[in-house]
Amino acid sequence: MPERNREPYHAPDAAGRFGEYGGRFVAETLMHALEELARLYESVRADADFQAALARELASYVGRPTPLYRAARLSARAGGARIYLKREDLNHTGAHKINNTVGQAMLAQRMGKTRLIAETGAGQHGVATATVAARMGLECCVYMGTEDIERQGVNVYRMKLLGAEVVPVHSGSRTLKDAMNEAMRDWVTNVDDTHYIIGSVAGPHPYPMLVRDFQAVIGIEAKAQCLEAEGALPDLLVACVGGGSNAMGLFYPFVDDDGVDIVGVEAAGEGLATGRHAAPLSAGLPGVLHGSRTYIMDDDDGQIMQTHSVSAGLDYPGVGPEHAHWKDIGRARYVSVTDHEALAAFRLLTRTEGIIPALESSHAIAWAMAEAARRPASDVIVVNLSGRGDKDIHTVADIDGIEV
Amino acid sequence: MNRLAARLQALKATRRKALNTFVTAGDPALEATVPAMHALVRGGADIIELGVPFSDPEADGPAIQAASERALANGVRLADVLRMTGEFRRRDAATPIVLMGYLNQFLKYGYSAFCARAQAEGVDGVIVVNMPPEECGAFKAELAARHMDLILLVAPTTTPRRAQVIAEHASGFVYYVSYKGITGAQQADADAVGARLAALRTHTGELPVLVGFGIKDGAAAARVAPHADGVVVGSALVQTMAEAPLRAIPVRLESQARDIRTALDALSPQ
Repeated sequence: MPERNREPYHAPDAAGRFGEYGGRFVAETLMHALEELARLYESVRADADFQAALARELASYVGRPTPLYRAARLSARAGGARIYLKREDLNHTGAHKINNTVGQAMLAQRMGKTRLIAETGAGQHGVATATVAARMGLECCVYMGTEDIERQGVNVYRMKLLGAEVVPVHSGSRTLKDAMNEAMRDWVTNVDDTHYIIGSVAGPHPYPMLVRDFQAVIGIEAKAQCLEAEGALPDLLVACVGGGSNAMGLFYPFVDDDGVDIVGVEAAGEGLATGRHAAPLSAGLPGVLHGSRTYIMDDDDGQIMQTHSVSAGLDYPGVGPEHAHWKDIGRARYVSVTDHEALAAFRLLTRTEGIIPALESSHAIAWAMAEAARRPASDVIVVNLSGRGDKDIHTVADIDGIEV
Repeated sequence: MNRLAARLQALKATRRKALNTFVTAGDPALEATVPAMHALVRGGADIIELGVPFSDPEADGPAIQAASERALANGVRLADVLRMTGEFRRRDAATPIVLMGYLNQFLKYGYSAFCARAQAEGVDGVIVVNMPPEECGAFKAELAARHMDLILLVAPTTTPRRAQVIAEHASGFVYYVSYKGITGAQQADADAVGARLAALRTHTGELPVLVGFGIKDGAAAARVAPHADGVVVGSALVQTMAEAPLRAIPVRLESQARDIRTALDALSPQ
């Protein structure tokens, strides 16, 4: 093997920068809370007791490790590379989101905060936050755009059953970005007793780093599982990217493995050319939104644009700053998949493997299927199946014209 | 010395408190803004703070959010806000104007291009809600080169260490946010503000400190002003603009400003 002459990857820096992205662009009122959170996080990173407690919680409550499943019939259908699915859909609450909420709720407890708030799009992060709040006896308030409330009714009810207050957000585009604005407003007001659990690798420093680290369990497991199953690292990792937490969770532990290709799949909605999409890395430019500098979708006056995706979890005009950095340095490639292609993949995985994927994850499946066909059977592709699709049944039924 | 420094110095010399009044540019109609600015000056405003409407005003309460949405529905762009400033300047060469907005629009316009145009149209300072001192370097340098101030905020949660950093970067005045929260949500607590400002002044020295958030009328202004060099009134004026018939806006704003001016002047030994 040729010796590598590259320094191991290290980001962010002390200011929360991933290259020229990230940072901390928030109102002064929140700066102290972010500094405190960063300080606490640095201390628990090296704290064996905290890490052991987190590992126990992930094993006994979340149900980790999740399997790395060889999707033989799906692979045969693609005809080419062998596809494995990292089954984050099998986590408690049905998605990867809980990896992060468990960790952040433990941080909140250490800080003596008694109230959790969160923003949610598809409702998966809201459910995961409401779940850990119930588990730990913390108060919980989830902000959700009214458009998302409409298309994710089941998750809204789940959150309420779990004892959370779900606050409808009527402003702006009434989706995830507006829910995030409202959660920031709450946090600015209640910063003394409240911890804001951001659900993605987005927001001001230290959130992109700490959410990445809590989600990295996905990639750490997948790496060991792939080595065991195949005796080698995968050739390609594929995950969907909205804010980008499930993707970063899978990708990050492989960042220094140069032989592993990494592809993030954004939501092309009705097609990039139509403008009705949610693909800032594919079709946006750098800007500042929700606390960090990253690729965003804005107009020529800097106003944030309305996005579109059939999947509420990808319907967001920004993306985690580390993905922006990886795009620029070429460590990952970012592509996009339309609503139509994602829906086809949703149906295909359901019929060939008996697994109903989330519409978000279906974007990754769709691109991986096409790519598998272009690769030899000796190649291994790991796709992050970030969540299960039960929450999307009504959306798909609507498209099919069926009343459920 | 720019208009802002000159005005604040003159106020200090006569021991009067500064009245900074905020309206959102282009709300409720494009043609409402410049007459509103002149009306506020007639009512006794010392500084006009002009809000640049943004799609995602994460630090603002319902009144200013709604104002931003109305303005955006009217198609207001940052370039329009600058044009309004220039129009105001043709009839008022003295009153300082500060633009308040969110970073993405200034970034998009380009710091250099923005500063050149802003100076030409008569802007004196900029407040960027979501740009703390750690991130302000490049913009501040461009502003300073064109004799405009970068006004930074201090909050009740700001630690002494941060206050020192902010004081080192701030110019024009320091904007003290009276409570933890969004604009227009609560009342400013004068005692709490007084205690905090005494500590803050050990860092800010001679730089004037204006207090904003939760000051809606003369009475509230009079309670807070003794501790500060002046006050900022925003949501209450924006509310008036939302409710009043278009033609009545200038008269109402003028009288609202005059009430506050009168209450502030009653504090000064004349």
